[in-house]
Amino acid sequence: MTSVLYDAPGPKAKRRNLLLSVLFFALLALALWWVWSVMDDKGQLEWSLWKPFTTSEAWTTYLLPGLADTLKAASLAMVIALPLGAVLGIARMSDHRWVRVPAGAVVEFFRAIPVLLLMLFANEFFARSTDVTSEDRPLYAVVTGLVLYNASVLAEVVRAGILSLPKGQSEAAQAIGLRKSQTMGSILLPQAVTVMLPAIVSQLVVIVKDTALGGVMLGFTELLNSRATLAANYANVIPSFIVVAIVFIVLNFLLTSFASWLEGRLRRSKRSTGAVLGADDIDDLNAAKAGGPHGTGAGGTV
Amino acid sequence: MFDFLSKYDDPSLLGAFWVTVQLTVFSAVGSLIWGTLLAAMRVSPVPLMRGFGTAYVNLVRNIPLTVIIVFTSLGLADIFGVTMGARDNFDLMYFRLAVLGLVAYTAAFVCEAIRSGINTVPVGQAEAARALGLSFSQVLRLVVLPQAFRSVIGPLANVLIALTKNTTVAATIGVAEAAFLMKGMIENEAQTLLIGAVFAFGFVVLTLPTGLILNWLSKRLAVKR
Repeated sequence: MTSVLYDAPGPKAKRRNLLLSVLFFALLALALWWVWSVMDDKGQLEWSLWKPFTTSEAWTTYLLPGLADTLKAASLAMVIALPLGAVLGIARMSDHRWVRVPAGAVVEFFRAIPVLLLMLFANEFFARSTDVTSEDRPLYAVVTGLVLYNASVLAEVVRAGILSLPKGQSEAAQAIGLRKSQTMGSILLPQAVTVMLPAIVSQLVVIVKDTALGGVMLGFTELLNSRATLAANYANVIPSFIVVAIVFIVLNFLLTSFASWLEGRLRRSKRSTGAVLGADDIDDLNAAKAGGPHGTGAGGTV
Repeated sequence: MFDFLSKYDDPSLLGAFWVTVQLTVFSAVGSLIWGTLLAAMRVSPVPLMRGFGTAYVNLVRNIPLTVIIVFTSLGLADIFGVTMGARDNFDLMYFRLAVLGLVAYTAAFVCEAIRSGINTVPVGQAEAARALGLSFSQVLRLVVLPQAFRSVIGPLANVLIALTKNTTVAATIGVAEAAFLMKGMIENEAQTLLIGAVFAFGFVVLTLPTGLILNWLSKRLAVKR
């Protein structure tokens, strides 16, 4: 347990670390005890509130349909946003100013706006201008909001992915006489896809988390929304929150682990160029334009 | 064209965006402090603190912010009786609860940004500090963190911009900020597109200068190596 920040502990440091550990443990235990005692006071520890989660009814009636809707919205959003983002990202790198500038404006605009605003707007738009039934509307609104936002984030991912490829790739393609569309379609994009893969999986985590917004604000029947229905039925506010949080954590943890496994695999692989867009880049791309090397992700520096 | 805006005075358009700004500023300060503490824990020599920091970041980052914010209202306030010192003033109570939720969530991202900044400080700096006999907290406070902070202004600016956008989630517990006002307006007024454009413009105005200023600052303050 040595690090560059501190020496290997001697007898005195060992004693101090032990003391700190004990103090910190006491603090944690105190906090935990407070939580426990309040929950006990309010009857949130009663077995009858937790028991529903051991029966199949709570899961098949409430949580699993909710989770299914969460996954449905998230996967629809990703499937629609990905090609849209690819088009926007490639358009942004066009040699023609009249393509590049509008694409850039669209990307920066939708990245600067909170996804909730997009969802609220889409919901109202569908209600007034289309004949989408009020039953389907929340799903449509949530997916539309997520697509608009994530397409612009994925556009940046695509752009960063293509920019991260060695310059020699496009130069070689030009040298053998490929046209610009051929260079993009058969040389750059196929390689960029592998570079982007971990970043795309990481973006799924962001999408899954954002679906919960539609549950509260638009009445979309996703996991957080079905928690409310469940808690109204069994009066188990705290237990239901804990279970729903655990479901989200497990789901997102699986996605994150998959992304970092992919990232590591691609970094080690000998066939690729070694350039990879990972989870850290995604965090930066989800902020609106802050400019600089961070604004363009890993590609900006290559 | 903008006549309908004058119908709304509690909160008004500017008032709602002012609440958004306040949410952003308070949460930014809070999450910077809590996030730095978490980062310090994650690199500390005490295993228990390292474990706590790692667990906190990994758990909180994977929970939707909406779940956390809704929990501050239905869980913390209603069950645990955490009223944030504003038992009689519901507006203030929910505002403070929203800040609490935003701090808890954003701190995880601040922590990771700072930790990656610590990694950019050359090893020789910490080694030289240790060779002088400085303790862990001295190494961190006097040598490593001042350099790390200067190199993470860019990433922290990104966290701040994401936080500005995330404050809209406070609408889920009825804090009267921009998204909350927009929901009311867009449902009652005919000018859907105009309302969307006005609020979108408001957020562009809030996030764009933040990005530009902090980007300029990060270039100016970056440690030249």
